[in-house]
Amino acid sequence: MTPQPFILRNPSILVVLAVLAVFTVAVTLLSQAYGSGVIPTSTVKVLGKTLCLALAAIAMDLVWGYLGILSLGQMAFFALGGYLIGQWLMYARTETIVAASLAQNPIPPTPAELQEGVANQIFGVVGSADLPLVWSSAHSLPLQLLLVVAVPGLLALVFGWLAFRSRVNGVYLSILTQAMTLALALWLFQNDSGFRGNNGLSGLQNIPGLEAVDQARLSVWFLWGSALALALAYVLAAWLVSGKFGSVVGAIRDDETRVRFLGYPVEGFKLVVFTLAAMITAIAGALYYPQAGIINPAELMPIASIYLAVWVAIGGRGRLYGAIIGAVVVSLLSSWFTGGRAPAVHLPGYTINWVDWWQVALGIGFVLVTLFAPKGIAGVVDRIGPPRSPSPEHHAKEAKA
Amino acid sequence: MIRPLIVLLAALCLAAPATANPALEAVIADNLDQIEKPSRRSVEPLVAQIAATGPEGLALLSAWTNRALGVTEDGRLLIVDSDSATDAATGAAVPDADPRMLRPNSGVRGVIDSALVAGEISSPDPARRAAALASIARDGTADHLAALRAAAPEADPALAAQRARVTSLLAIRFDPDPAARVRAIEGMAGDVGLDFRAALNPLLATARVAAPAEPQANIARELTVGEADFPREAAIALLTSQGVLQPRLTPADQRNALAAHIVDGAVAGIPVADLSDQAARDRAYEALEAAGAVPPAATDAEADAAIKAYRFFETYAEPNSAVTDAARAAQVRAQVRLAAMTGIDLGLDALSLASIYFLAAIGLAITFGVMRVINMAHGEFIMMGAYTGYAVQTLIADRTLSLVVALPLAFAVTFGAGVALYRLVIRHLARRPLETLLATFGVSIALQQLAKNIFGTQARPLTAPAWLEGAITVNDVISISSIRVAIFVLALLFLGLFLFIMKRTRLGLEVRAVTQNPGMAASMGINPDRIAMMTFGLGSGIAGIAGVAIGLFAQVTSELGQQYIVQSFMTVVVGGVGTIWGTLAGAGLIGGLSKVIEFLNPANTLAAQTFMILFIIIFIQFRPRGIIPQRGRAAEA
Repeated sequence: MTPQPFILRNPSILVVLAVLAVFTVAVTLLSQAYGSGVIPTSTVKVLGKTLCLALAAIAMDLVWGYLGILSLGQMAFFALGGYLIGQWLMYARTETIVAASLAQNPIPPTPAELQEGVANQIFGVVGSADLPLVWSSAHSLPLQLLLVVAVPGLLALVFGWLAFRSRVNGVYLSILTQAMTLALALWLFQNDSGFRGNNGLSGLQNIPGLEAVDQARLSVWFLWGSALALALAYVLAAWLVSGKFGSVVGAIRDDETRVRFLGYPVEGFKLVVFTLAAMITAIAGALYYPQAGIINPAELMPIASIYLAVWVAIGGRGRLYGAIIGAVVVSLLSSWFTGGRAPAVHLPGYTINWVDWWQVALGIGFVLVTLFAPKGIAGVVDRIGPPRSPSPEHHAKEAKA
Repeated sequence: MIRPLIVLLAALCLAAPATANPALEAVIADNLDQIEKPSRRSVEPLVAQIAATGPEGLALLSAWTNRALGVTEDGRLLIVDSDSATDAATGAAVPDADPRMLRPNSGVRGVIDSALVAGEISSPDPARRAAALASIARDGTADHLAALRAAAPEADPALAAQRARVTSLLAIRFDPDPAARVRAIEGMAGDVGLDFRAALNPLLATARVAAPAEPQANIARELTVGEADFPREAAIALLTSQGVLQPRLTPADQRNALAAHIVDGAVAGIPVADLSDQAARDRAYEALEAAGAVPPAATDAEADAAIKAYRFFETYAEPNSAVTDAARAAQVRAQVRLAAMTGIDLGLDALSLASIYFLAAIGLAITFGVMRVINMAHGEFIMMGAYTGYAVQTLIADRTLSLVVALPLAFAVTFGAGVALYRLVIRHLARRPLETLLATFGVSIALQQLAKNIFGTQARPLTAPAWLEGAITVNDVISISSIRVAIFVLALLFLGLFLFIMKRTRLGLEVRAVTQNPGMAASMGINPDRIAMMTFGLGSGIAGIAGVAIGLFAQVTSELGQQYIVQSFMTVVVGGVGTIWGTLAGAGLIGGLSKVIEFLNPANTLAAQTFMILFIIIFIQFRPRGIIPQRGRAAEA
């Protein structure tokens, strides 16, 4: 029997792509720029950002659900992607502004003066007037786009090589990834690290060269971009975990030592998945922050990465669509409950105000999901869908026992 | 023989201040003119005369310098106090007086002040002598030096030492004889007091000069252009400030000069559009300069020529080289000793930080060692302990008593919370460490928000009892706050208690058995579930105690635990799990390291933390199982 193409073996791919397409078309038709205007621009942005978070969740699921590494530092790559694209967005826009103001002088500016003006504009807020070395390619969009993938990829490669080589795993590895993102956050918080300290980069929603396009249309464009990236990443991830490569990766999760004894280069597999996931996460970040408009080091504090893990766990890890469901449901619910629009619950003697109590409910709900529904929301899909082969957790438990 | 008599007389005079003083009356009568119109040059003998008449004389001088002395029509001196007036010589109250106030100039007041201080130094009251010395130490003058040297020997040994020190310090600054100054400096060499270092600094102050040949001055050293602290720009700036070199042209000045000379869209024949290039601008400026339209500016060549022609020196403001040599030697010695003491101080700081990390991490290490689970809610147990302390303090006003109540109560509260967490969540997730990590994280965010809802977002104070406030100060450099000493003692106490429980009790034996091999322990009749619950409660309880301790010096907020949790993880990971000594080593390493990095880069605590975490990540590469790794079968689990 010849093996079927992976798309046929995994019906979820077509379902996800179809849902994504319908969703994108529907939002476009209801948006202010291209349709009836039922959905305000701010909501379009929220939906676009949610797609980016889902993209990051897919990468997280690859690393955790399939490879078995609970990385608590994924948001470091996400924010790095945002910072790297933000450098170009901020530099190019500031350059336009500075050039316009210098053009009023009787004498045209030299390139050095132009750069000095830009540096003053960007770094005046942290009391500096020099362009740091890390900004030397900020003027070029192609270079920064390359860096968006290259820098987080390299970081993941070096970090992963160091960690996997010395066989750090399990909880230790989780703590180490957490330490990595904390170190990066603390470094970015400094004023002299060259990334404007805790001010972060701002004004990222204005795209240089597209000043004529209003935010209503831009937000829809970014939604398309995010949806496309999510679709491509989903297909890529599904293809990756379907073949022999996927089997080895799953085996590493279930019993690393056994796979090593079978002669597979375990570290190599881990490095490939970890680095690839970092790159996907960075792309998600590069799409997210132009929609958010601002990025600062608080974004990569360890708590953000833990939330990412929470989404994947609630959605159901080890299933790519589970990651998407978790990210979409929990992040949208969170912004609804903390946005102050959720109706308060009036109990006798006490009023539950969701702005105050949502975190408590989320925490408890999360404990309950971990305890009673380890497969997450996607586990429900399993029950209604056709019976599947025994779950990976099941294997894992038997292997350990 | 005579001195006790004088003291006795002075004491008698003090006892009855409002008595007439004929000697003073005579002096006043003889010198009334000079008192009314004193001059800086001639007033000294008069002041000495008045001071010699006794306490009334001193009171007069003090009123005089404070501009509270008035003279009446009939030539009497009155000391005027806001609404009453007394006769300076007789001490009698003078009602309804309307004296003309005397306003001596600052020179005269300086003379009077010195005389007053001299009088105070020999005052029979030790408190006044001490106050006088302190005031001289604050801002002494050459006159004070003379007064100190002339004063009668000091009887009180502590005051005598202090006076000798103040005299030496003044001698370093004001003695006209260089040899005496050198002696004074050498006598104090090795001292690390701030006052001594402050006295040396002006002696060693330098100024930079450029001169064609060696100048006639006390030269500290010759500078070479291009060395680290004397770059070419500094040399050019120095030459410019001495008028040797024309000021250099800044780009902004150049641009403005060019903009002022635009003729028909071109500057000196170069089109404006081409001036976006620095070389074109230079050409244009040179052309303008040649035409005399703009002031000449120093070119690089001129600057180089001037730098070649001149030599650069650092000279001391102090002309005598023997004094500066002695001062430099003394400063080097002071710096060496200072470095040693800073090292000791740093060590104390590191020790106290390590004990905090130890207290915060020990509970985490126990639970991780026994059950292989990371409790992300551990930080929230620390916070819970701190809030317990705060709540107790609002109920019990007495700080000491409330602390005594809070410590065991915090233990009880967090012990209960730990046991509840274990029974409700953790035991159901046995052997799934990553899920446990996430589930406890859920507990952590719920508890954090709960604390925010109950206690509000603002920081709550947890005030230490009075006997814990303040610091133990050894000298100007070494000091440590009492709270930190108390925390160190607390950490030692818990180390001892923990060792006792683990090595000497039934519970400890069973915990060790379960840690090493749960299956075998169970078959020996130990209930691993109960042991795990007890250790979890114990670890959480210690976190509560740590919370009270941390709350004493940090603000109690709902994020208190978060600030310590990552460091606690690091401590456990670096130290190695399974033994208390590992936690101790981890806490020591992390506490010491962060203090050292902070010391090397004091302006930037964020960078310090970054480097510290990077170090830990690299450290883990070489010792993946920590400083003191677990051995045997337990390590394979």
